[in-house]
Amino acid sequence: MLFKEFIVGSIRLITKGSRAYWAWISALLILIVIGVVTYTGQAHYGLIKTSMRDEVSWGFYIGNFTFMVGIAAAAIMLVVPAYIYNWKPIKEIVILGELLAISAIVMCILFIIVDMGRPERLWHMIPLIGKLRLGQSILAWDSLALSFYLILNFVIVSHILFRAFKIKDYSRKYVIPLVLLSIPAGIAIHTITAFLYNGIAARPFWNSAILAPKFLASAFCSGPAIMIILFQVLRKTTRLKIEDGAIWTLAELMAYTMFFNLFLTGAEIFKEAYSNTEHKVFTDYLYFGIGEHRKIVPYGWLAIAFDTIAFFLFLIPKTRKNYITLNIGAVLIYSGVYIEKGIGLIIPGFTPDTLGEIYEYFPSRTEIFITIGIFSTGFLIYTLMLKVAVPIIMGEFNFKRSEKQKLRVSRVTSLKT
Amino acid sequence: MKDQKQTLHPHRSIDRRDFMKWMAVGTSSIASLSALASCASDKTEAFFQQQFKELDEDELNAVLERLERDYKKNYNADIKVNATKPMENVVFGYGLDLSRCVGCRRCVYACVEENNQSRDPQIQWIKVLQMDKDRGVDLRHADPYYNPETVPEEGHFYMPVQCQQCRNAPCVKVCPVEATWQEPDGIVVVDYNWCIGCRNCMAACPYGARHFNWATPQIPAEEINTETEYLGNRPRLKGVVEKCTFCIQRVRNGKYPACVEICPVGARKFGNLLDEQSEIRMIMKNKRVFIFKEELNTQPKFYYFYGT
Amino acid sequence: MPSPLHRKIILIGLLFVGFTGCNNSTEADQDQLFPATTNAATAMDSTILIPVGSFSSDYFPCMDCHSEIVPNPQRRKLVEMHDDIVFDHDSENRWCLACHYIYNRDSLVLADGKRLGFDESYKLCGQCHGPKYRDWKLGIHGKRTGEWNGQKQYYLCVHCHDPHSPKFKPLQPMPPPERPEQIKIDSTYERSKTDTTST
Repeated sequence: MLFKEFIVGSIRLITKGSRAYWAWISALLILIVIGVVTYTGQAHYGLIKTSMRDEVSWGFYIGNFTFMVGIAAAAIMLVVPAYIYNWKPIKEIVILGELLAISAIVMCILFIIVDMGRPERLWHMIPLIGKLRLGQSILAWDSLALSFYLILNFVIVSHILFRAFKIKDYSRKYVIPLVLLSIPAGIAIHTITAFLYNGIAARPFWNSAILAPKFLASAFCSGPAIMIILFQVLRKTTRLKIEDGAIWTLAELMAYTMFFNLFLTGAEIFKEAYSNTEHKVFTDYLYFGIGEHRKIVPYGWLAIAFDTIAFFLFLIPKTRKNYITLNIGAVLIYSGVYIEKGIGLIIPGFTPDTLGEIYEYFPSRTEIFITIGIFSTGFLIYTLMLKVAVPIIMGEFNFKRSEKQKLRVSRVTSLKT
Repeated sequence: MKDQKQTLHPHRSIDRRDFMKWMAVGTSSIASLSALASCASDKTEAFFQQQFKELDEDELNAVLERLERDYKKNYNADIKVNATKPMENVVFGYGLDLSRCVGCRRCVYACVEENNQSRDPQIQWIKVLQMDKDRGVDLRHADPYYNPETVPEEGHFYMPVQCQQCRNAPCVKVCPVEATWQEPDGIVVVDYNWCIGCRNCMAACPYGARHFNWATPQIPAEEINTETEYLGNRPRLKGVVEKCTFCIQRVRNGKYPACVEICPVGARKFGNLLDEQSEIRMIMKNKRVFIFKEELNTQPKFYYFYGT
Repeated sequence: MPSPLHRKIILIGLLFVGFTGCNNSTEADQDQLFPATTNAATAMDSTILIPVGSFSSDYFPCMDCHSEIVPNPQRRKLVEMHDDIVFDHDSENRWCLACHYIYNRDSLVLADGKRLGFDESYKLCGQCHGPKYRDWKLGIHGKRTGEWNGQKQYYLCVHCHDPHSPKFKPLQPMPPPERPEQIKIDSTYERSKTDTTST
């Protein structure tokens, strides 16, 4: 049956590759194993192996979770021009963005699991079986929204790819509405994640209305950064045709969203500095430190520096169209937003804590190894999916070809016996 | 010959010795399997246990018995776990006289003992903040780590902070699985067997009142308080949140919380907010109370006042 | 961190001071002093007043010695006896006989001359410390133990405030909490029991 062919063929694709491919996979697997081993230590002793304590009860894991939700939401940056404006150059490569969204959501789920005090009780969050408090808990809504987005993207992508495998066009009747649905879904996941922080009055650093727009802006410039680099890699390693125009348009869109991000950051800083209330202390901690507590000050400024440089690199057409500066810009934007969300969002929100105490949190070795392990898992999933998806998109992997493969194999075996 | 006989009539070749051997093996394996099964069934029961409010009378009793079995095994102590119902027409309120507190921290340690808090890693439900008299209640300059020879120190006053049992509790609002809720008598409780350890409530609490078990709590055997409540002071487990419950195991039986009883200067007041004659209502009538971080609209039932 | 024994001593000490009644009341008087009641109320007669217990048998009953001494109302510095008492309670305007009845030292005396037993010393304090007395009667000032909805034990003024030198003595504070940086697992951290996953 065709599905079996699809699976068998996919496995064959995954297990065949160049030396570079195997080096990449092996490196990822090693990092994953290190992450898993570190996690068993954390599961045994408890979250005390992290640097989180009562004063700073969320840390690196949740920061990474927030960042990856942004990456997942960014897939719709490709969907909008491709399907809404029917812009051909992007259309084929939207799938790659959606695959990225799937890997990102898987990473989000992993970050949540490693952050939970009692991960075996995750079933308590399943509606009807457990007790999901959709009444007022934003976290409850976030879990539903993320699950929905994951399933939505998975359905869209598997339908398109499987149909392509069967050398059939995807069903526009089903796919277009689902794809259009993924746009508000993508915006929703990141807005709801922003509301998670936004709604907490106890943490004045987060309790600001611009958090949701800022999240969306920073998401829409960091997600496509990966795509830009990936497209160049695919152009070189496969026969996939990706037009320059597609990449440059993405970069231009990123410039505008980065401007919006910087504008909102500036607005936040103005509000704190001018009204000069006690709530300024959190922003102070991030950019200037409090007394001798200055651990994350370099990161605060690094993020702004990266963001600003990347903004100009993407804004100016000459640097945008030059692939060296473009790639530098992509790396800078990704790192800048990563630092902003990973370190510059969670930690200052908790420092000083609700009773004025300053505990300088910085990720422990356990947290860093587990995070690297989860990133490697995400990269691995994405790589394996691409290894199957790209040949399908290019028409190299379909049921006819696999039939030919089967005939070839049976001819060989018949020759042997 | 013998072999042939065995092949033709296998049943007759089983003699009494073999029979006894098989019986011994059989019964011992059934016994050990059932012992494993009851232990395993305890574990599976624990895994599938529903939230406290969903349990009916029988299920709740089974849970309490299972907990007592577990505590006996793990702590080697006869810990009694109750599920006392709240009293009718009672809403608990607390008063704290800032003109009296001297910062001796006896309340902190009385609470630790009464409520079976972990000594290592250390968990303390009450935090006493030393403030400057010049600045008044100013958290930026508050210090919980003061350690002079004697208290009170010149130029300072002391403000203990614990769970404020908010009427509009942000921790209750954000919990994704309803592992924490407000009981009819006003106490905000945590179901330690339902909490998933996401710590959203800790981020949401403006008073730093919620604490997390970052590792398995350690309590010295001789200090365990064996009279416990399911929703209160029973020994907790790794990876769940806990907090002050106004000594739910005491107040639902008519006693004062441990912190009220131990305070050597009478700075702590407790009573039923619905009783006009209670100390706390007298305080609200005759003194001027204030709410900590009132602008957050958490509506706590913990009232600070200045007696003098 | 104080040992559990240390903490227990503090607790027992407080209760001991509260419950060692040492006054000249007979058994019948004891009953009057502790009327039993089960209703929650703040009226004085439905609560238990914890009797004072700081009298040693050296001094009490006072009239053992004072019945043979001629009362001397002249204010002076005491030399032969009670010279160990530090009097620091408005000493500019008052001295011993402001509170102790000159003709019967087993009694206290109010400003209008009315005599008072030591078990009712709070009324004497209330003469001058009116607002505090009002607060104490309502439970706003002072300490109460027992049942918040039933029988309460009121600590008398002299329980916490030495009437001769009433200013509250500073206490030694109990240890500060551990800083979050200090909370960690070191290599000797032993899991004495497996994680109680079944609770």
